[in-house]
Amino acid sequence: MTEKTMEDVYSALADGIDAAGPEKEALFLAKTVLLLANENPDTDRVCELIRSACDNLDGMRSNSTS
Amino acid sequence: MRPAGRAELESLYFTYPQFDAPRDRASLSKEIPVAIAGAGPVGMTAALTLARYGIPSVLLEKKSTFNDGSRAICVARSSYNLFQRLGIEKPFLDKGLPWVSGRSFFRGRQILEFFMADSPDEKYRPMYNLEQQYIEAFLYDAVAKSDLIDMRWQSEVTGVADKADGVTLSIEDPHGTYKLPAQWLLAADGAHSPIRTMRGYRLNGENYEGRYVIADIRLERDCKVERFALFDPDSRPGGTVLIHQQPDNIWRIDYQLRDGEAEKKALQEDAIRAGVAAALSEVGFNEPWELEWWSVYSANTLLLDDYRDGRVFFIGDSAHIVPIFGVRGLNNGFTDAHNIGWKLGYVLNGQADPAILDSYTPERRGATLDVFKNASKSARFMTPHSRGYRVMRDAALSLALDHPFAGEFANPRNMTPYTYAASPLTQRLMLPENGGPVPGAAAPNVQLEDGFLFDRLGPDFTLLAFGEIPGLDLRQRDLGMLTLLQQPAEGPVARAYCAGQGGAYLIRPDLHVAARWPHADGSKIAEFMKQVLAGGARPND
Repeated sequence: MTEKTMEDVYSALADGIDAAGPEKEALFLAKTVLLLANENPDTDRVCELIRSACDNLDGMRSNSTS
Repeated sequence: MRPAGRAELESLYFTYPQFDAPRDRASLSKEIPVAIAGAGPVGMTAALTLARYGIPSVLLEKKSTFNDGSRAICVARSSYNLFQRLGIEKPFLDKGLPWVSGRSFFRGRQILEFFMADSPDEKYRPMYNLEQQYIEAFLYDAVAKSDLIDMRWQSEVTGVADKADGVTLSIEDPHGTYKLPAQWLLAADGAHSPIRTMRGYRLNGENYEGRYVIADIRLERDCKVERFALFDPDSRPGGTVLIHQQPDNIWRIDYQLRDGEAEKKALQEDAIRAGVAAALSEVGFNEPWELEWWSVYSANTLLLDDYRDGRVFFIGDSAHIVPIFGVRGLNNGFTDAHNIGWKLGYVLNGQADPAILDSYTPERRGATLDVFKNASKSARFMTPHSRGYRVMRDAALSLALDHPFAGEFANPRNMTPYTYAASPLTQRLMLPENGGPVPGAAAPNVQLEDGFLFDRLGPDFTLLAFGEIPGLDLRQRDLGMLTLLQQPAEGPVARAYCAGQGGAYLIRPDLHVAARWPHADGSKIAEFMKQVLAGGARPND
């Protein structure tokens, strides 16, 4: 039924973060999670997933020189 | 604080009476069963509760009139039920402004309308707004009428010494000093309780950062009584504003100070007038207004580790300070006073073992911790203490503009009675859930053809029995004070309590369920009652 893929979710989040900018990105992501959580009846699972997002909070290191 | 040109007690709507210290000095030092330090609303409620059980008390108040500093305004249904137990509800009903709902706004747009639980089964509305001066005046009218209460104004407790079976208080009033021996002392002497300090105790807990100005104004406006909360209004970017209506055309405006906003400057009269005017324009109140009084407030969650110290019990603010959000400060103080009041009444009348008094701390301290849990949720939404909580609050508010579910985060979660599940006086719950109130919970009221269930409860414990209870003999010693209230096994009360033929509930003097039996019999009830009055045991079913 669904036409969107996880790739689309990925780019929607990336576009959203870019559009929000560094000042508002936390707000944007928080709103996103609340909206998704509101449509997921398994709140225990939501909390578990949020906790697992806290693991390994490391991306690639910056390769900028400045 | 009051506007320039008005004296400290010069109110726009309330005349503070002046009370003298006792003139008749002959029997001031006569031993009393219960001394109560502090004749605020909590101390007076304790005295009235004791009087209900025939116990004389002395009320000692340092000041010569009612409180001008502390300003509770929201009185919850549970407190009105308690006033009815004391037979003093009428002036509160006549004067208080009932309300059931409130609205919250974010940047001028409504994001939430909340409704507190209400139904035709409730005799009283969920909340009444009433200025604390009136609360104290109505309680004092009842105190003054009681032959059992010896009210001593301008009388300061300057010392508390333990003695065998009681304490000896040192009292100072304008005419001199004297000693007052008492079997028990209730410390209702407020947030800065001198007795707490004399006994070497201090409140433990947390302070929240947000500071609020609270201001009362007089403004004539005919509208529905509800609570307004404004988040991030144009008049106070980044802050919150709360607005409550009170009797006599008085309005309470609470607004949050900005981080770093100097308190001294913010409390100057012109700054207050500007802050109030901005809040009023935000809600479209264009009527002229007068400034009555203002103060500053910050949220705390502080309490004592033990509400009892030998013969001394701490009640109200001397035992706990809670945030204003959720209106639980004074309402819990009333419950403290009534809780220790009926238990001391039983002990002093020889009807219960003093061990019953040990249930006071777990019940009432438990209630305070429950308040902290709820009030902290409200406080961290109103005044987030970290970036994470600020981001989530902002996320919820901005989502709420288009998604009603997110507005629920702004619900103030107002006062609901606490369930005494872990109290030594509560039946251990071994029965399957039946949908009725669990042991320890507040008993529900029920509308009857003629009045309400609570109107028919006895002065002490009441056995609510559905149909016939085998082996029940109220002449038995352990059941001596029990009022039997028989109800049909099919009817509104049975439905509300999810009870059937032969079922029974035991309701405490403070309207909490002590125990329930799906199939009651006289011996089980008598055994349970005996254990409750013995106090310490945790009775099995």
